[in-house]
Amino acid sequence: MLRRLFPHPLLSLLLVIFWLMLVGRPALGSLVMALILATAIPLLTARYWPDQSRLYRPWLLPPYLGLVLVDVIKANFQVARIVLFWPPERIRSAWVAVPVTLTSPEAVSILAGTITMTPGTLTADISADGKVLLVHALHAPDPDALRDEVATRYEARLKRIFEP
Amino acid sequence: MTDFDTLSLWVAVPVGLLLVLGSTLTLLGTVGLVQLKSFYDRLHAPTLGTSWGTAGVLLASILLFSALDGRAVLHELVIGIFLLITTPVTLMLLGRAALHRDRAEKVRGIPPARARGDAGSDG
Repeated sequence: MLRRLFPHPLLSLLLVIFWLMLVGRPALGSLVMALILATAIPLLTARYWPDQSRLYRPWLLPPYLGLVLVDVIKANFQVARIVLFWPPERIRSAWVAVPVTLTSPEAVSILAGTITMTPGTLTADISADGKVLLVHALHAPDPDALRDEVATRYEARLKRIFEP
Repeated sequence: MTDFDTLSLWVAVPVGLLLVLGSTLTLLGTVGLVQLKSFYDRLHAPTLGTSWGTAGVLLASILLFSALDGRAVLHELVIGIFLLITTPVTLMLLGRAALHRDRAEKVRGIPPARARGDAGSDG
């Protein structure tokens, strides 16, 4: 019964938190509204999200976010330097095919999102079976190094979070 | 503006620095958008503004209004989280659309679409 009312408990919890943060101050009325939204939205979108996603090691998610935030800072300054000081002919853009062994669609989405969020690299396409991401790099003189970095730095960590 | 007179230097300085950092990164992102040569190169530039450009401004806002109100003002975090989710989706859509067009027009140097991951030679 509870399972049918809340098909995605994590999503419901996030909706409550987001709504209360948007309202900004605690009040009983906002909590009621948050609970209504947390019930209605997962039920209305359940058809598009049939599989239950599962985090096997959720406590590794915050360190992963921290790592990404720091990497994004570094990448920000790299790209800023390229834009400001480099002559256009020095920029070596490259397409890199990154093989992915993650199986959960949510994990692949987060990996693709991480790559895109980092300035300088961008996920542009995914193979039909979801096993290869096509990444465009603004400046990658050594595409193989970039591929290995994605595999060891991000994919390995996501694998530990999303897979047993 | 009188509110800001009561602000201590310990808050005002970091707020100012964060604002300048955030807006500078956003500005550089737009400069890159103009300067870079190909469509795919240009897609990289706006991420400066949407990552730490926005983060700098949002952190400044959190600091300033938390100090002025005397309580933790955190709804800026929601803006950050929504941007974190929506920006990559937008950029990936733009990238895929451009790839689709370039493949259809057989532009040179564009990698072909892959059906499977295991066939290493098709890319």
